[in-house]
Formats: sequence, structure tokens, C-alpha cells
Amino acid sequence: MTEETVKEKTEPTRRDFLYLTASAIGAVGTAYFAWPFLDSMNPASDILAQSSIDVDLAPIPAGTAITVVWRGKPIFVRHRTPEEITAAQQVPLSELMDPEPDKERVKKGHDQWLVVIGICTHLGCIPTGNKPTQTRGKYGGWECPCHGSLYDTSGRVRRGPAPANLAVPPYAFVTATSIRIGTSEAAHG
Amino acid sequence: MGSLTKIARWIDYRLPVFSFIDHELRAYPTPRNLNYWWNFGSLAGITLVIMILSGIFLAMHYEPNVATAFDSVEYIMRSVNYGWFMRYLHANGATMFFIIVYIHMLRGLYYGSYKSPREVLWILGVVIFLLMMATAFMGYVLPWGQMSYWGATVITNLFSVFPFGEDIVQWLWGGFSVDNPTLNRFFALHYLLPFLIVGVVVLHLVALHQHGSSNPLGIERKEPRDSIPFHPYYTVKDLFGLGVFALVWAYFIFFNPNFFGEPDNYIPANPLVTPPHIVPEWYFLPYYAILRSIPNKLVGVLCMFSSIGVLFFLPWLDTSKVRSATFRPIYKWVFWSFVFDCFVLGFVGAHSPDFIHVTLGGISNQFLGQITTLYYFAFFLILLPILGKFEKTRPLPTSLSEPVLRKGKDRRAAVRILIFTFLMLSPVSATEPTAPLPHEVWSFQGPTGTFDRTDLQHGFQIYKQVCSACHSLKHIRFIDLAALGYTPAEIKALASEYKMPSINDDGEPAERPALPNDIIPGPYKNEKAARASNNGALPPDLSLITKARVGGPDYVYALLTGYQSVPPKDVQIPEGMHYNPYFPGGQIAMIPPLSDGLETYSDGSKPSVNQMAKDVVTFLSWVAEPELETRKKMGYKVLIYFIVFTVLMYIVKRRVWKNV
Repeated sequence: MTEETVKEKTEPTRRDFLYLTASAIGAVGTAYFAWPFLDSMNPASDILAQSSIDVDLAPIPAGTAITVVWRGKPIFVRHRTPEEITAAQQVPLSELMDPEPDKERVKKGHDQWLVVIGICTHLGCIPTGNKPTQTRGKYGGWECPCHGSLYDTSGRVRRGPAPANLAVPPYAFVTATSIRIGTSEAAHG
Repeated sequence: MGSLTKIARWIDYRLPVFSFIDHELRAYPTPRNLNYWWNFGSLAGITLVIMILSGIFLAMHYEPNVATAFDSVEYIMRSVNYGWFMRYLHANGATMFFIIVYIHMLRGLYYGSYKSPREVLWILGVVIFLLMMATAFMGYVLPWGQMSYWGATVITNLFSVFPFGEDIVQWLWGGFSVDNPTLNRFFALHYLLPFLIVGVVVLHLVALHQHGSSNPLGIERKEPRDSIPFHPYYTVKDLFGLGVFALVWAYFIFFNPNFFGEPDNYIPANPLVTPPHIVPEWYFLPYYAILRSIPNKLVGVLCMFSSIGVLFFLPWLDTSKVRSATFRPIYKWVFWSFVFDCFVLGFVGAHSPDFIHVTLGGISNQFLGQITTLYYFAFFLILLPILGKFEKTRPLPTSLSEPVLRKGKDRRAAVRILIFTFLMLSPVSATEPTAPLPHEVWSFQGPTGTFDRTDLQHGFQIYKQVCSACHSLKHIRFIDLAALGYTPAEIKALASEYKMPSINDDGEPAERPALPNDIIPGPYKNEKAARASNNGALPPDLSLITKARVGGPDYVYALLTGYQSVPPKDVQIPEGMHYNPYFPGGQIAMIPPLSDGLETYSDGSKPSVNQMAKDVVTFLSWVAEPELETRKKMGYKVLIYFIVFTVLMYIVKRRVWKNV
């Protein structure tokens, strides 16, 4: 910084206004110039286009789940048996680590379909249990191979170290046997 | 004293950044009489920063692999947010950078800026120029088009003339031809060299600030009133210059982005076919002309390298005691004839060696190249040393502040710079296609042109029913067709008509219906299948066809409508080929694709062949440049902004300079 500061003796003048305008125009231009570069790091159009997928439920037998990929993440779509639904609905909330009733984790009238993001809420491993032959743990849902967290038939955590239930992605039923993951609005067509 | 000032002082006492900025950028005493030719140093600096910035962001999306490089550039153009803007900014930026730097160098040459004590300053500048040429060359290789590939091949082969040349060239390539290792290292070096340039630029500035800028009179400053502080006088003058420069740059980015490019570079690299007209970028044309004019390989290459090498010795080749050409009546003419010579060399480089200049008494291009090469070297090696000894210079003024000499200089310089820039933009090659193309009127051409949605949909119908039987569109996804006015449901239905290869749960190859986000599948599984079905010819992918051919939409239209069922008497057409005067060579394997009554549009009309051709070419132009409408729209905003910016800066400049 310089020692001497030159002070304008006069009040704000037309010249000051001109300089301020010029500086403001320059600053605004620089900010606008930065935007295309920053925006170029956001997801590209083809990646955005993948942000919703349609899943056909018809081929999934009761008692098993399939894994589909949505935004690079595994999504478990599980066709629950009546016994599994009953088990999920009847467990008292007081027994849950992350209390949440089963009816809030499925769509109304579609109790047999459970859709969750298949990533353990502990440290990001993929739990096993989609097929009846895989280890499901004593709560009949999923078991995480990394640190032994257990989930029930509603995808809720029943034994740690995982702190939270498997997350439910936004999805909606397109028809009785197909869903669209990535949008929570009822789809048209 | 505010607390900010306190903090600044505390830092400055330990790390004198603020004193440095104040000393070198604000108070820095600058000759009061610099004209507009002195704007180009700071413009070059700003261009370098913009090139590095846009380059870094492009590198986040580019893939330096021969299998994916070309497609990744198209991905940037089509899918990355503002990708087309970054790429056109960067590609045209190379051209702008060279224009700026050439003017900057010629200014030094005219005003004798390289003379004692500024010899090292000049030499550092030549080093920057060499690094720039290497960077530009390697950058041009990255899109991996035909010109990229063959440019890389030719330039690297230059080194084969040296002893152990074959070994050197193999070392440069990392193989036995230009291939993936070459592309990889070129990318690494293209990213590295600009930072080396920054380093040399810092040295260049250190050397500059040691003795300060030279000036149009070429005499040293003697008294304090000869100098003015850099800020605000030259900052605002440079900002005004920046505004004008940005207008030129923006025009090319938004309204004529491929003006300096070669259509062939929109064809993916093919190591087995050299394009018929191979020319370097315009800024290399003079050196290319020198190389080609000399019939001996070794001598030609040496001359080309010497044409730049000689610049290192310029401070000692010019023996004149007087710096500025203003006071050198003969040198002034010699200088301008040298500039003219460089333009002619560029012109020679843009035309084939066999080209005959009718207007110049029928001399061949090669001969013209030889004369101009001779003059190029005579300027440095004979005229400059001799002139200094014999030229009678005009008397020098005693002081910079002699007002008589200053009047009007500035404005004249500005006008000359404008003329000069446009001259430099002119030596772009014009290759004649086989038959002169008729010019059609296209809705999307011109600065305000847009695509007609009905034409696009009709064009897509023709593409789908006719062209797609043999051609592919490998850069277009079904979902992109939304831009033609189709609804998501229509696109989904359209996609489901196509089958995509997939793997079923048993691991066996299977098929699934295509989804909106899939690329529109082509008709053939691979190139061999395509050739087998087409009499050995390969139907080209149509994603870039209107950008990849000289004449663009006019060419494709002429080709589609130009078939002649009866070829001229002297033309022999073999079995399976067809006569089409617009196709290079006149023989084309594609059967005449369109005929009257072939298709019915949704409004019930039966389009003629010309109408179908027009619609499909409109569609293919959209396919090649889907960003066209957004680009022009953004262009107007940018132009308006920079007009306001430039006018404002000019007014501020007038105010600031009122009392100088």
C-alpha cells in the first residue's frame, strides 16, 4: 500500500460515476465469463438424461430382489412375500434403531414392492440378501458383509454399526408392474 | 488507518507483494508517447491466461486415446455444458494468439525495440514464440481428425533429416508411426508447455521492467515528464484495446467458429489415407511455404528452422544506431516490403506447388515461393546489416515530450492495426471442389439463421427412411431429437423400434429395445460388414458431414441432387459405380438415394427430390451443429456487452488522458 492516499477534494462527480459504471461493467463481465467454465463441471446432458430409469417388475419372483443401477448406484427392488410384509409391519417401532413404519417406506397399495438404495449406511458397502440363497441375517432382510450390519424386510437397520435405514429413492409407479426411479411424481405414460 | 491496511502492511513487511504490485503495475513509469501498437503485449498476456483457463476445463473432458479422442471432442461439443463455447474459444484463441503475437513482434521490428539494452528481452520473446508454436502444433493434434494426424506425421518427420533422424522420429512417436503413444505424450506436453511459457513471460517482463518500454520515437527518456505511471493511463488504454480484441474474437467464436479450421479435421484420423489438400494452420503457412519451395529435403528443413532461428540474432544483424523506423526513410520501405513478403509466403503456403499465378505473368507457385524465401532471408542477412551502415537517417528529436511529433500518431496507429488484422485473416486457403457448387439458401445460415422445425422433422423422416439404411449417426442420441420438436413419449416410442445388443442373464448375447438415452444405432455391426454390403465402399457416418466437407450443406445438397444417369462421353463408369460430378473423381458408390414420390410427409404432400434433399440437408446440418441456435443467441449478448464495454473504456480513456 502506498503511503500517500490521494483524496478527491470534490464531491461525487460525473467522472466518479463514469469510473464506477466502467468498473461495475467489468466486474459483471468477469463473473459471467466464469460461469460457462464452472457450469462445464456439472453433469453433462447425457448424464442428466440417465437420471430416471424405468424398471419392469413382472419378472421378479416373490421372495427375491433385483439390483438395478440408477445414477451409478445399486437400487434393490424386492418382491416381498406376505410373511415378509407382515414381519415388517408388525415389529413395534420401539424395537427399531431408526424408527420408521413400513407403510412410509413403500407406496400405498403396493406393499409387496420395496425399493431401496442398496448401499449400507455405515461406510458404503453393498449388503447381501437379494436372493433367498444369500445371507440375509436374522431379520430376513440384508446383511452387510463389511461390518455385519443387519437390515429387516423393510430395509430398516436392526443391528449396527450402520446408523440409519437403507434410503428409499424417489420413484413412482408407472403401471401396476413397472416403476420409474428418479422421479416422485406419478408418471404419465 | 483501517484494519485492512494494517493487515496489508503486516504482510507486506514480510512478503512485499503489495509493494511489488504497486511498483510494477501502478507506479511503473512508462513512456508517455506509446501508441496502440504497444497494446499487444498485454493482450498477448491476457490471451495466454484465457487459453490456459479454457484448456484446463477442456482437459477435464478430453480423452487422449486414439480410440476415443475424436469422440470425446464431439462429446464436449454436444453434451458438456457450454462445451462448444470452451472449445471454440480455445480453437479460435490459438488463431487470435498468433495474430496478437505477430503484431507484437512486427511492432518490435519496426520500432527497433530489440536494440541495446533490450536484446535479452527480444530473445526471451523469440523463445516464447517457439514454445507457442510447439504448443499450438500439439494442440492441433489432439482432436485426432485427419489434419491432426497428418500434421503430426509431417511435422515429426521433419526431424528425419538430422543425423540419426530415423531414431529421433521413432523416439518422438514412441512407435513406428504416429499412434496412441504419440497422442498421449502430445497431450501431456500440450498441458505442460503453456506453463513454461508463463515462466518465460515472467522473465520477459523482468527484462522489460529493467529498462522500461521502448517507444515510437526510439529515444531514451531523459526527464521525469517523459514518463507517466502505468496505472491508470495504460491500464485503461489496454482495457479499451481488450474490448476491441474481444469483439473480433467473439465474432469468430459465435458466428464463424470454423472459419480458420479445415473441414478435413472433422473426419476421424485415418492412418491409411492422406487428405488431398493438406495445409497447416494459417499461422504456419509462411514457414510451410519456405519448406516446400526448396526442392532439397535437408536444405528445405534447415531453411525452415533458420527462418525462426535467425530472429535470435536480429539485435546484432541490425547495425543501425537509430531504433525507430520513423527516422529511417529507407528501412521503413524495406520493413513494409518484408511484411508484404510474409503475406505472400502465407499465400504461397496455402496453394499447391503446381498452382499457376495468372495475374503474376503465369509464374508457378513454387517459383514465387523461392523468390519470397530469398527476400525473407535477404532482409535479415543482407539488408539489415548493410542499411545500418549506409542509410542516412533523419534527425532525432531531443525529447519525448516534443509535442509536435505526437499529434495524430495514435489514431493512425489504430487504423493501421485494424487494416493489418484483416489482412492477416485473409490468407485462408480456398480449395476448389470438383465442380463449382450451386449455392442454396439455407434458413440456418447467416448471423440470425435458425432451423425450421418442420424441415427438421421432414429431414429426419428422409434420414430414417432412406439414409439410415447405409449410414449411421453415432453422435446423436434419441433424446437429442427433442430439439426437433418431438415429445418424450414420441421419442420413447421411436427408440423402442430399434434393437440394442445386450447380454442376457445367462451371459448370452441378446437384444433389448433401445432407450431414449441410447445412441441411434447404425445399420452395420462393424466396418467390414458395411464395406461388404456396399461394393467395398464405406458409407461415412453422417454426424458431421456438413462440417467435414468443403462447401458444407451446399456440397451435400449438390451431391444428393447432382446424379447424372448418362455420364459425359469421355468418362468411364465401372460396374456398381454412379456418375456424380460433385463427388471428387466423379464416381460414387452410393446409388442415387432420392426419387420423386419416394416419401409422403405427414401433411400428405409428396415432396420432390429437391425438397427431400433440402430437408435432409437441413436435418444433417442440425446434427452437425446442434448448438447453432444457442450459440448465435449467446453471441448477440456477448457482442452487445463488449460494444458497451469498449465504448465505456474509450470514454474513460479520453477522460484519463485529457491532460497528458
